[in-house]
Amino acid sequence: MNWESVSGSSAQRRWDECAHGRPPAVATGIKRVLPDRIVFTYQGDGDLAAIGTAETIHAANRGENITIIFVNNAIYGMTGGQMAPTTMIGQWSTTTPDGRGRFGEGGPIRVCEMLSALGGVCYLERVSVSSPKDVMKAKKAIKKAFENQIAGKGFSLVEVLSMCPTDWKLSPLEALDFVNDKMKAAFPLGVFKDRQS
Amino acid sequence: MTEKILLKGNELLVEAAIEAGCRFYAGYPITPQNEVPEMMSWRMPQAGGVFIQAESEIAAINMIFGASAAGARCMTSSSSPGISLKQEGISYIAAAELPCVIVNMQRGGPGLGNIRAAQGDYFQAVKGGGHGDYHLIVLVPATLGELYDLTMHAFDYADYYRNPVMILGDGILGQMAEPVEKRPYKPILNLPPKEFVLDGCKSRPPRVIKTLYLHPADSLVRHNLHLQEKYAQIQRELCLYEEYETDDAEVVVSAYGITGRVAKGAVKAARKEGLKAGLIRPLCVWPFPAQPYQRAAQKARHFLVVEMSHGQFIEDVKLAMDCKRPTSFLGKGGGWYPMEEEILEQIRRLAGTKRKPAAKKIGKR
Repeated sequence: MNWESVSGSSAQRRWDECAHGRPPAVATGIKRVLPDRIVFTYQGDGDLAAIGTAETIHAANRGENITIIFVNNAIYGMTGGQMAPTTMIGQWSTTTPDGRGRFGEGGPIRVCEMLSALGGVCYLERVSVSSPKDVMKAKKAIKKAFENQIAGKGFSLVEVLSMCPTDWKLSPLEALDFVNDKMKAAFPLGVFKDRQS
Repeated sequence: MTEKILLKGNELLVEAAIEAGCRFYAGYPITPQNEVPEMMSWRMPQAGGVFIQAESEIAAINMIFGASAAGARCMTSSSSPGISLKQEGISYIAAAELPCVIVNMQRGGPGLGNIRAAQGDYFQAVKGGGHGDYHLIVLVPATLGELYDLTMHAFDYADYYRNPVMILGDGILGQMAEPVEKRPYKPILNLPPKEFVLDGCKSRPPRVIKTLYLHPADSLVRHNLHLQEKYAQIQRELCLYEEYETDDAEVVVSAYGITGRVAKGAVKAARKEGLKAGLIRPLCVWPFPAQPYQRAAQKARHFLVVEMSHGQFIEDVKLAMDCKRPTSFLGKGGGWYPMEEEILEQIRRLAGTKRKPAAKKIGKR
């Protein structure tokens, strides 16, 4: 997947693409070499919570001073709608034609809850972008995640519940309802960790 | 005055890397290269660099991707099964043309294998390993003196060609100790400025490091052609080998790394017996040094290849001389070590045959 790093005081961006699942490791390499630069990763659910689970957990546990924007749309979007680690029980996907089962496929992985147990983590918040109010909250959370990094507080991750109408086979408006009704029930919004120092 | 140091190969590797300005190391424990991360854990902070024990070899190689993109001289190390795990990252690093050094202290395979020295990862190192058309520069030291020098040179080759460099050693090289003169690092190439580094773009246009080429449709074809041009340049410019007594040699032995060292002993012994034996020992197996083989093939009657694997290196030897001479093989994988006497026996057998013998395989291929 893609990830990018943004230089501190200007809006110019430098992009760096690395392998699916590996952004937290690559970001670790960059941040340790250039600790005064702002480094963040932008990852989807398959990337962060399936193929890259180890990289995510260990970067978090080491307290790497990076920011992760984690986009959770409960499905593999780019490859065309296969089951993601965050696909919900009963949810249809091209690889769970009868809906995801609690056994066999297993339930959705709740990343913020899982990471909240790790000592190196500074800040975890789950937000949504399915209503104007949610978007404003998401903006605040993302800003905070970067401010934490500038202050050197360590690992910050913002999980963003987002829409994938194409692979959900829904209209854009129905997709908003899907997030508000179904996803928010499975993935409760809120702050899961906020270490002050 | 030069200082002599006595260290194990794995430890010497650390000293050479730090001397050459390596300031970032990430690795994961695996025998027989554990001394590398162990020593890096305290030497790197002393040198003002970064040491990370990664959660996996996959993470370690990707940390190298990041550190190299950020401009650091960087290195990772492992042994065979761990190097297999790194292949994904190596392909990405080669595609992104990021300089770095990767060390493989080979052990017995396939699978988990064992922890004896072996050379079964030759194809993986030289012919690819990861996906796509790419090459690593592959250096194969046989002594700790060579390990010390080639480690320092590896960083220069990596920076000069913007290409990952592998040091392909084995468990013996990593575990043995011999005194080495500590030489100060001096670049052997005129190194270009690192104009790819992502270190903030306040006063310049932003840079991109990428390996995904979708648009326009032929962009990946063009990127591959660019890589191939670079590989052709490396092939023209890099040719590292030791040639010993090949001028009048009738039997030319060829081996690399620790096997080459044993083979040299056998060639010396053969000469003492009056047998016309010689040795070609590559110090770099990609690019492969074809010239000495082509020269030797004009006079030699027979080649003998020795390797601690079942016939991988021999393919490049045959290609280097266009299969002009019959080539015998002595080799086994899984932790078999060639003995000097064993090689000498084969030299005697081949030298004793007055007429051109048919190519005969010794040992199992």
